[in-house]
Order: sequence, then C-alpha cells, then structure tokens
Amino acid sequence: MRGSLWQLGQSITRRLASGDKKAVAHRYFATEAELKKTALYDFHVANGGKMVPFAGWSMPIQYKDSIMDSTLNCRENGSLFDVSHMCGLSLKGKDAIPFLEKLVIADVAGLAPGTGTLTVFTNEKGGAIDDSVITKVKDDHIYLVVNAGCRDKDLAHIEAHMKAFKAKGGDVSWHIHDERSLLALQGPLAAPVLQHLTKEDLSKLYFGEFCMLDIHGSHCFLTRTGYTGEDGFEISVPSEKALDLAKAILEKSEGKIRLTGLGARDSLRLEAGLCLYGNDMEQHTTPIEAGLTWAVGKRRRAEGGFLGAEVILKQIQEGPPIRRVGFFSTGPPPRSHSEIQDEQGNNIGEVTSGGFSPCLKKNIAMGYVKSGLHKAGTNVKIVIRGKPNEGVVTKMPFVPTKYYKPS
Amino acid sequence: MALRMWASSTANALKISCVSRPLISRCFSTVLDGLKYASSHEWVKHEGSVATVGITDHAQDHLGEVVFVDLPEPGGSVAQGSSFGAVESVKATSDVNSPISGEIVEVNTKLTEAPGLVNSSPYEEGWMIKIKPKNPSELDSLFGAKEYTKFCEEEDAAH
Repeated sequence: MRGSLWQLGQSITRRLASGDKKAVAHRYFATEAELKKTALYDFHVANGGKMVPFAGWSMPIQYKDSIMDSTLNCRENGSLFDVSHMCGLSLKGKDAIPFLEKLVIADVAGLAPGTGTLTVFTNEKGGAIDDSVITKVKDDHIYLVVNAGCRDKDLAHIEAHMKAFKAKGGDVSWHIHDERSLLALQGPLAAPVLQHLTKEDLSKLYFGEFCMLDIHGSHCFLTRTGYTGEDGFEISVPSEKALDLAKAILEKSEGKIRLTGLGARDSLRLEAGLCLYGNDMEQHTTPIEAGLTWAVGKRRRAEGGFLGAEVILKQIQEGPPIRRVGFFSTGPPPRSHSEIQDEQGNNIGEVTSGGFSPCLKKNIAMGYVKSGLHKAGTNVKIVIRGKPNEGVVTKMPFVPTKYYKPS
Repeated sequence: MALRMWASSTANALKISCVSRPLISRCFSTVLDGLKYASSHEWVKHEGSVATVGITDHAQDHLGEVVFVDLPEPGGSVAQGSSFGAVESVKATSDVNSPISGEIVEVNTKLTEAPGLVNSSPYEEGWMIKIKPKNPSELDSLFGAKEYTKFCEEEDAAH
C-alpha cells in the first residue's frame, strides 16, 4: 500500500474537526461522490468495512475486528486486503529494460525472468519519487505496481521519459492494468489456502518470484510478496472475477483468513520495518538515507545511469548525512513528526511513522537521525506533547519477517 | 475529546479528509443516567465537592483499544472545553477536554499501567481526573443522558 493514515472513521473526529455540521455534510458528500470504488466496494460495506477516503479511493480502514485483533490475526492465520487502489502497470517492448533502468535504482537487466524486487523511482537530485515492486516477467515485459497516492505523478514521470526515449527510437510501450484488481493475501495460511485454488505448485514459487497462472478459473498475475513481513502473495485478478476470488479465499480458510483494512496494514508494515512512501520516504529522501542501499544493484553502482545517480553513488561512498532507523520507546506512542533529541536535548531528527505494536505490546517507531547517532542501542529522547520520552535506536524489522525463501 | 488524527504528510498532501461512514449506526453504547456529558464525548459526575471526569462508552468504542493515557499532575487547573490530557489508541491520538473548570485534585494513576480500563470500564475504573469545580453552574451547559444519547445517534447518522 503505502499511502497512509489512521482516520479510524470517527464521527467524533469529523465533528470536532469542523464545527459547522451543515458545512461538514456538504463537504462530505462532495468528497464521497468523487471517490473511486474498487470492484469489492459493496463487499467491504457488506462485511462491516469502515470506508475512508484514501488517495482518491473509498477504502476500508478496518472491518468489525479491531486494528489490534486484525494485526494479530494476520500473523497467526492470515489477512486478505483489497489493494486495488494501487496501480499495476506493464512496460513492454524490446527496450523496456534499458528504459526502466534510467528511472530506477534496480539492476533490472540482472533479474532472472519471473523474479522481482523492491525498487525506487528517483529524481534528478537522487530523491525518491515513489517506491515500487517491479518484476521482470520476461526480457520484453516488466510488471510493476506503484502507490495509489503517487499514481498520477508516477505515470506523468514515466510518460514524459517514455516519449523522449521513443523519440530516439527506443521500443517501449505501457499498459495500465485498470481492468484488473489487486488482492494481497498474507500470513501463514496464505499459501495453503491459495494452493486449494490453483493447480500450480506454490511451494516452488519463492519470495520475490512471479508467475501467470489460473487461480479459481481466472488468469492471474501472482507475486510472492507483500507489505506485512509475512509470507504471502499479491494477486492481480481480472476485476470481474475479483469478488469470486475474494470469497473463495475466505471460504477455503474456514474463516481464519479475515478481511483486513488499511489500519492493520499500516501496523503490520511498521512492525516489519517497511517504509510507507509519503511518511518514511519522500521526494527529498534518497534511497541510501532510507536504508535501501541494498536495492541499488551492484552493476548500477558501477555504471550509474539512473536519475540522481551522482548524488546516490556519492552517498554510498561517503555515507548519507541522515539515516532511517527504528526505535522502541516508553510513554505515549511516537507519531509522525515527533522530534528526536539526543540525551543532552539537542535535535537530531524526526519520527516519520510510529505507533503501538499490537504484536510486541510496546511502542515502535521509525524516523531519521543524523549519521553517527544511528547505531542500535543509542539512547534518544522522543518529544511528545512537549515532554521528552525515553527511546532507543533499534534494528528493524521489529517483528521477524517470514518470507518464503529456499532453505 | 477532540480526536487529533495523526494524518501523515501523504494524507495531507493528498488532502485526505477525516471522513467515513459507518453504515450501521452504532447505538449500543452505554449512557448512564445521572451524569453530564460534553459534546466532545467526556462525562462528568458531580458528587459533593468533587467532580469525576472520563470519556464516554461511545468515545472509547470509536477509538478502539486505548494503549496510553496522558494525564496531568494533580494540583493544576483546567478550563471548561480545554484539553487536559490525551488518549492514544493503536492509530489515533485524541485530546481529552474538561467538561468543567476547576482544580485537579486527583488523577487516576491506575491508567498508567492499565490504559485498557478506559475501554473495559469507561464510567468506573477508567475515570481520568477529579476536579474541584470552580463554577458548578457550568454543569448546566452540558447534556443530560437522554440528550447525549440523541446527540450520538444524530452524529452517527449524519456520517
């Protein structure tokens, strides 16, 4: 996902935020009418989904289960998320790889067909335009998924570069998969349940791998990936079959896999130490500062050739001025923009995401601090409502990840 | 209790508003007779020289599991309608406003160790502060149980 927010859908909030009830109602309906709905919208509502505006879509922030219960159930059994607001995209053509490599930090050419990776679209200054999971389907076909909230700017960025690339004779074209829906199936029951719905042997599909296959009678794109730290899949399914598939997954799990909203999705990704674009990574953040140096392919480090490469390669050599780190803390849960101080009370950075971990039952947060103060075990103060609270720099993920990798 | 949502910069950038519509109106929250209620969803119970303050069942239900309660030190003063503390749920931070003005004579220190009392017992063990009222007539400006119930129903229905 990546997008964000915790508007738990409270009438209290809305009322207090605005005051004039009529004005609220007016604004509310105006907004509501403009929101896009996924193929599963009615299904969400029928299942008690609290729908909130999210990146221009009406999405469930939670269902009847609390965020706490949903988060725990994902790690214990499994979760099904509708992430159809995210934008699936195929780049095709014999030059699709060299084209994409100008825009991202990954060694796309070096990916084996049917494998993918997390990558970052960069700007000229080395800042992050978006993060994205990209897959090399084959040499002339790349499939990628970008954030809903970044869709317009990403597509404009890609399109502008594609135009120039094609003008020079490059062979690349795109297809935006608006005819498809995207479901994320995550947790220990994800694979056993999905196996009931396909003849393909899922035990041979490892973390980061991709295939096109028949699932429950539909032609799907399947990526063994996710945003929770658990084993799981993202399933791109033709939209007219999305409801059928969602129902089949829930049914095959005998109620153990639960519909899960964006609220728990955020807790899960935070526990897994994963960045939320817009919070933990922004236009001015480089992938190196964000701790994604590993995502800069070896060949790319040697050759560069992507936007902002000078800045990024220099940061790899010399170290970035600030770094993303994790924290445990006492007191109130840190939130985005809480100030981080050293033990003497000097400002050293800012929290970018934080909250109470449902699994660990304590506060976790991530944020940026000055290099040198980024080592695990460094004591810090996190300022909340004017009061400093004890914090300590901690390795991420906070909750161990369970990706399905060859043993 | 002003819910101050920590919308992220993304949310701000995207102009995501705090809007949602629970389709099934929640009318199952408990509202006790004999208490007074503020439109910001705090209750106050005035007995003798002291008034006890907490958040309502309706408020805790909307918030979800409370994981931290930020309370003031005893001895300070509060003004009607102004914030004296905060309640943190898994995802949201909410200010808690005082329904009346006065001096804080006691705070519920149990909430430090057991913030979940706000969920399990909002009107009893989950109380937050005790106030010596400065101006008891302020109580007249608050809702009674029936008015508050109606207020909550209307508020839920409107969204």
